[in-house]
Amino acid sequence: MAKTDGKKYKMKLEQGFVGACGGEIIHQILTDHGVDLVFGFPGGALIPLFDVLYDSDIELVIPRHEQGAIHMAEGYARATGKTGVVIATSGPGATNLVTGLANAYLDSTPLVAITGQVKSHLIGNDAFQEADMTGISRPITKHNFLVNSVDELGRIFTEAFHIASTGRPGPVLIDVPVDITVNRLEKPANLTMRIPGYKPSTSGHLRQIESAAKVINESKRPLLYVGGGVIHSEATAELRAVQEKGRLPITTTLMGLGVVDENDPLALQMLGMHGSATANYATQECDCLISVGARFDDRVTGKLETFAPNATIVHIDIDPTSISKVVKADVPVVGDAKDILAKMVNFIEPKERTEWLEQIAAWKKQYPLAYEASDTTIKPQLVIEKLGELTNHDAIIATGVGQHQMWAAQFYKFRKPRQIITSGGLGTMGFGVPSAIGAQFASPDATVIDIDGDGSFSMTMVEIITAVQHKLPVKFIVLDNEYLGMVRQWQEMFFDKRYSGTVHPCPDFVKIAEGFGAKGLRVEDPAGLTDALQELLDYNDGPAVLVVAVDPEENVYPMVPAGKSLHEMELGRLA
Amino acid sequence: MKHVITALVQNQPGVLAHISGMFAARGFNIDSLVVGRTEDAELSRMTIVVVGDEAVLEQVRKQLGKVIPVVKVRDFTNTENVQRDLLLIRVHAPAEKRPAVVDLVNLFRGRVADVARSSVVIELTGTEDKIEAFIDLVRPYGIRELARTGVIAMLRGGRK
Repeated sequence: MAKTDGKKYKMKLEQGFVGACGGEIIHQILTDHGVDLVFGFPGGALIPLFDVLYDSDIELVIPRHEQGAIHMAEGYARATGKTGVVIATSGPGATNLVTGLANAYLDSTPLVAITGQVKSHLIGNDAFQEADMTGISRPITKHNFLVNSVDELGRIFTEAFHIASTGRPGPVLIDVPVDITVNRLEKPANLTMRIPGYKPSTSGHLRQIESAAKVINESKRPLLYVGGGVIHSEATAELRAVQEKGRLPITTTLMGLGVVDENDPLALQMLGMHGSATANYATQECDCLISVGARFDDRVTGKLETFAPNATIVHIDIDPTSISKVVKADVPVVGDAKDILAKMVNFIEPKERTEWLEQIAAWKKQYPLAYEASDTTIKPQLVIEKLGELTNHDAIIATGVGQHQMWAAQFYKFRKPRQIITSGGLGTMGFGVPSAIGAQFASPDATVIDIDGDGSFSMTMVEIITAVQHKLPVKFIVLDNEYLGMVRQWQEMFFDKRYSGTVHPCPDFVKIAEGFGAKGLRVEDPAGLTDALQELLDYNDGPAVLVVAVDPEENVYPMVPAGKSLHEMELGRLA
Repeated sequence: MKHVITALVQNQPGVLAHISGMFAARGFNIDSLVVGRTEDAELSRMTIVVVGDEAVLEQVRKQLGKVIPVVKVRDFTNTENVQRDLLLIRVHAPAEKRPAVVDLVNLFRGRVADVARSSVVIELTGTEDKIEAFIDLVRPYGIRELARTGVIAMLRGGRK
């Protein structure tokens, strides 16, 4: 995690940093915060800043589109926990960041976005390439700044890194007029942060923690419901200690996948709209639901009135606004999950809970995540199952958004935190390609695989050029059904198979990959699937794309139809 | 149910837009929002009258607290407090009706701020109830123009 260290920088400044231009100050602050890689695209308002970066040790990755840059920064941040940094020029460059900012905001990803702005005296005049970025980004950032003078530049950047990386992490945007990157500092800058209203609670209230433990101890059918907050908090070990001591079964959200090895008998996999039947039945039957770092999203709860009807709700979250926003918490605990769980374990009584765990084991046996096998057509679920086996469930998996994303969540069987990089809250199609590239920059030696659909892949596949340029061995698997499959599934189930807008003819992705300078592979026959996956995994001379022609009308099951309760799942053909 | 909430905020460009935008985006229903300076040159006070039940009020408090330039949030629900709204109102008052209008102004301890041939501008401060009662009473004379500041509030009894 990038740490704020205003003091160190202050000393440097006092030792003669006066005279530096705005661009140099930005560069110095980035360096002081441990930034060694930024994703950015040049433009008129950024020329002086890029001129400083020309001589820098900070690696500058240039994508093909600013949306690619910000999703790469998100992938980088999600894979490491460090704050990602993205730079875009004024006007269209900055507005191209909007989707990524909204995505990072909903998924609590620490980012600092630096946008160029027109000269200070032109602001408000509809100047060339001017857009009101602080106005546009206000509802989709944790905070934003418009820099008014070079004197406040250092303080603002220090505050931005602090705000982005602490509390509930999130994106912070700094809009920097081009003249400020050129202007020189005349007196030592004061880096002391001036954000008296920003005091995220980290330490959990001991009495609340005790009350929560008491409720858990008294419950017969407890269930842990864990989200991405535990990953941001690096609290996996503390969670496991509580879980093992109390013998608590655990289900995770999409963002929480990886906090527990999904092969563990107490792990029920994901809950919600496309969650496992076991997780959904357990949620409806539990008498105590312990939410940690999750926010009761509508894709998790289904129909609210009948969600977890018998449960006392314990809600642990660092963001007080998450608590009782959707579901009223009986025992709220505000603070950092790591701190709270470390304290809580002392109050948890060891329990066997045999009856409840037997019930769960029975559900798991009766309703495993499954699909109808085929010898003639490749089932998308099979691709992911095989991939899990071939990579020992240990690769970093990025995804786009849609059916392929849900199958990846259901069938890969994640083992550790930061292994899945996916767009949970905003549901951003096109997130997979650039976020996988960002993750590979962060972990050059890891196997990074983007499991994508033909729809999502088409939106951002141009960024494969960036991976070619940097010789990154990112692997892209395109589950190609020539449909926008998730919407098609809804149309099949609820709109009389009227496939309005969802027929999606695809180009020859193999040739496109080759044209970009990547390796291109294609498989259509189930018999050739394992070999094709192995060939993809063995190729390390740069990026490679494997197009898998899959059963075009396969659906994601289980499915809780919109407006239904979790136990009213459609289980699919195997039911 | 109406609730009065105040937020002490850092004087920064965009802070009003931030807070009003947050209220709009989250669908909170506000009756009035007043911003003004305080005893500290770096801070302003926003006084917001929110309409909603206890659950809405709790979210409003928390969401306000989450806005970074907000230094402190106070909920005036169930407190002993002083609330004031300022009214400027132009009422049709030709010479023959003026004494009756001025009588009302005096009864409410208001002031006539301006007199013209056929109308007067009246200023009146007080709680919202008092202001509304006065408006009802002058309505038959003919209201030409009306402006209100919205409520500002302070706790009673020396507490800050």
